Amino acid sequence: MVKNEKVKILKFHAKKCNGCLECEKACSQVHFKTDEGGDKSAISIIKNNDSYKMIVCNQNGLCIDLCPVGAITRRKTGVVILEKNTCIGCQACVGFCPFEGMKKSTDRIEPFKCISCGSCVRACSEEALELVEVKIDDIKEVVYHKQGV
Amino acid sequence: MVGGQIPVELFKTGNSKKKWDLKKIKSSHKILAEYKYQRNEIHKGYANRTLYVNLSTGKIKEKKVTEEMKKKFTGGRGFGLKLLWDSINSTTQWNDEENELIITTGPLCGVTQYPGSGKSLCVTISPSTGIICDSNVGGFFGPYLKFAGFDAVEIQGKAKDDIVIVIDGEKGKITIETASEEETDSHLISEQLTNIYASEDNDKSRQKVSVVSTGTAAENSYWGCLNFSFYDIRRKIPRMKQAGRGGFGTVLRDKKIKAIVVKVEKFDGVENNPADPVTLAKIGTKLHREIRDLDRHQCNMRTVGTVHLVEIMDEYDLLPTENFRFGSFPKASKIYSQEFYKLFTKIIPDGCWHGCTMACSKTVDGFTVMTGPYKDQKVTVDGPEYETVGCGANMSIWDPLWILEFNFYCDTYGIDTISTGTTIAFCMEMYEYGILNKERCDGLELCFGNAEATLELIHRIARGDRGEFTGIAGKGIKRLKDWLIKRGWGDKQFIKDCGMESKGLEYSEYVTKESLAMQGGYGLTLKGPQHDEAWLIFMDMVNNAIPTFENKAEALHYFPMWRTWFGLNGLCKLPWNDVEPLNNPETDDPSKVPEHVQNYVEYQNAVTGWNVDKEELILQSERCYNWQRAMNVWLGKGCRKDDWIPYRSMGPVTEMEYKSRMERYDKKLVEKLGYSENKVEKMSIKEKMKILYDYSQDQYQKLADSVYYRRGWTPNGVPTPQKMKQLGMDDPKMLKILQDKIDKDEKAGLNIWGGKYGMEDKPPSKDLHYWE
Repeated sequence: MVKNEKVKILKFHAKKCNGCLECEKACSQVHFKTDEGGDKSAISIIKNNDSYKMIVCNQNGLCIDLCPVGAITRRKTGVVILEKNTCIGCQACVGFCPFEGMKKSTDRIEPFKCISCGSCVRACSEEALELVEVKIDDIKEVVYHKQGV
Repeated sequence: MVGGQIPVELFKTGNSKKKWDLKKIKSSHKILAEYKYQRNEIHKGYANRTLYVNLSTGKIKEKKVTEEMKKKFTGGRGFGLKLLWDSINSTTQWNDEENELIITTGPLCGVTQYPGSGKSLCVTISPSTGIICDSNVGGFFGPYLKFAGFDAVEIQGKAKDDIVIVIDGEKGKITIETASEEETDSHLISEQLTNIYASEDNDKSRQKVSVVSTGTAAENSYWGCLNFSFYDIRRKIPRMKQAGRGGFGTVLRDKKIKAIVVKVEKFDGVENNPADPVTLAKIGTKLHREIRDLDRHQCNMRTVGTVHLVEIMDEYDLLPTENFRFGSFPKASKIYSQEFYKLFTKIIPDGCWHGCTMACSKTVDGFTVMTGPYKDQKVTVDGPEYETVGCGANMSIWDPLWILEFNFYCDTYGIDTISTGTTIAFCMEMYEYGILNKERCDGLELCFGNAEATLELIHRIARGDRGEFTGIAGKGIKRLKDWLIKRGWGDKQFIKDCGMESKGLEYSEYVTKESLAMQGGYGLTLKGPQHDEAWLIFMDMVNNAIPTFENKAEALHYFPMWRTWFGLNGLCKLPWNDVEPLNNPETDDPSKVPEHVQNYVEYQNAVTGWNVDKEELILQSERCYNWQRAMNVWLGKGCRKDDWIPYRSMGPVTEMEYKSRMERYDKKLVEKLGYSENKVEKMSIKEKMKILYDYSQDQYQKLADSVYYRRGWTPNGVPTPQKMKQLGMDDPKMLKILQDKIDKDEKAGLNIWGGKYGMEDKPPSKDLHYWE
């Protein structure tokens, strides 16, 4: 049940980013209680020529309709959450995410994703990350279902 | 439901809801036998034990899976063959006490990361063929059986009254319980039992139960199928996948089993305890992405399932129409995939096992039933799949709604759509020629296109009506042919040429007339004419990639072995080549899809911890394939005469068929048989048909010669002891059976080539004892 019409998503100001990856470390602290970052972080900062780009879930919820056991739902806050205890590790959401926002660490079979908690925002000394509120209707997507397109 | 992002709670089927007093039903169960077992962890894909249940004696026990058993039989169908070999004898009939119904899993069964990994493999002696039948089926049963602790379940003996077998992986308990109050028809009993045995009254618990059942028509026909349930948390009903071919449902009801239930407490993505879960997730994700990016441009499996084939088959003259007389039809566009697409429920992840993003299991929800006992109710129809739509074409039924009606009743009555459709199509053709008529059909006007009469016949079979025709029709084409001939109705040879069965099993829905290799793909098979061993039509006919007998024989070695492999592991074949990597056409062997073969090598290694290569995968299959053929020999069949196919699958039986493709057949006479165009023009159609008839029969025998030779069998189609030993299948009892049979064939003069060889062509070997 979508109660909230809005959801907070991460916005990236590439010009401010210095590539320090403190955001990834903070994120892996949230998900795996470690500051390794990398594949244990839901946010990835990747060097793109002389700039940086961010790969993270944008809460569009395409994965919700893909999950065979209903482990992915949109919570009251509008945030899309993967419930680890229900997940059966099939990786359908990982494979079908159009921008690889659903992450998988080698540590466990269940994937994980950005929960818009803001840890990375707080960790960023350059203010390159920001949580912004958007309308769910403007971002939500469904798995393609039309024949041939 | 279309076009939005839909929370789980909002999916609605619009189905009529049935309410039962489930507590009363449950409390009426009497426990006839109980067995407690220690649950243990699965180790690298194997539970390392199988379950044996004897319904006559009430005995339930565990059997250990040895390393030798894994080495020889791998798992899945292979384990089924091994268990059957240990339990029956050479004279066992399908309805004898000692015949078994076996459901197996396979080491890769239950993996969630790689699409198509939840298949169960069924093995029994078939009522239709009298030999071993195997069937590969989806649904949750196989994975749950393994998670409950067993690589296979074998059921022997017969109960006195209707029973259910419950495999409770939560409590570690097997019970045989009386089940007099349950419905028999599948769409009802699967819902009843799912609710009765779910630990809690919620979708999560219901999703952890799977039911195997059949229906009332399985009791009165040889077409009985098994319905394997998988609970859908969005539609909120148990859906079903069918083990269709060969009469498994008939065997189930003969044993008085109403259903087999399995339940698990919980499971996760590494329940199989794979040796290398990281690699497993990696190759699985790679395939998910391929499906995401390519399916919509290739097969559209995610949107319409296998129905996408209808228009392709129609275009290439391969869609069986009016009992395989034609391969295309002007009205066919009425049943193209876009017509079913309009009816299918969209977006739901329609895999028959978790993680299958190929998601071909489509349904039509809220379908209003038009006839029979469930008339006016709204139900979910599982499918239709290509084969069922093909049956529509074969019966000349061109209305999607009637095809759905046919599909729904076949499923819930527990009969195979393919055998049912092909048999009725045969009756319809016989009706057209007056060999059958209204009186002979118990008052039914069974002419092409009569959907209402088709459904009425199915209802009568389900009710167990006593009409002579009804009783015999339900036993399939082989018995119908015998009946027509015995009654002296129609020309004997004509009836034999038109009846599309081989080994006692009805043909599945592809026209094979123009592809000799595909005729072999149907005829030179283990269980009967079914497209699951090889599908070579495009390779052979369209691309002309396998022109010689030797080429065709190589294809009829490799592909049956390759496709058998899926059944040894608990896998589905579709993710192998119903989506192909973008660069597949540039690889050295596109028809094999080399990149996906490599996926499977890595996949099996990642689960089992073995270190096999692609050649070893083929060897795994070759062991079991030869073993199954050898068992058929042991059962008194499995020879050249048993690989006979009807002429309708080779060429035009009637003048009408010849005339409808005159240019093609005339060209064949010129190009393949060397007649001059002038001569062909002057010949009558009858003359031309006779020449083609003899030519096609001889071609088929020559193909059999080459294939037997390639497979390491005698010219009579018997696997040689030398071949078996080379494969490591050195059971002395089996080796002796084969040697005795070969000696007997030698005395009877059967160890000779079947083709007539002249100056231009020669047999595969001059030495007739090439295997010694």
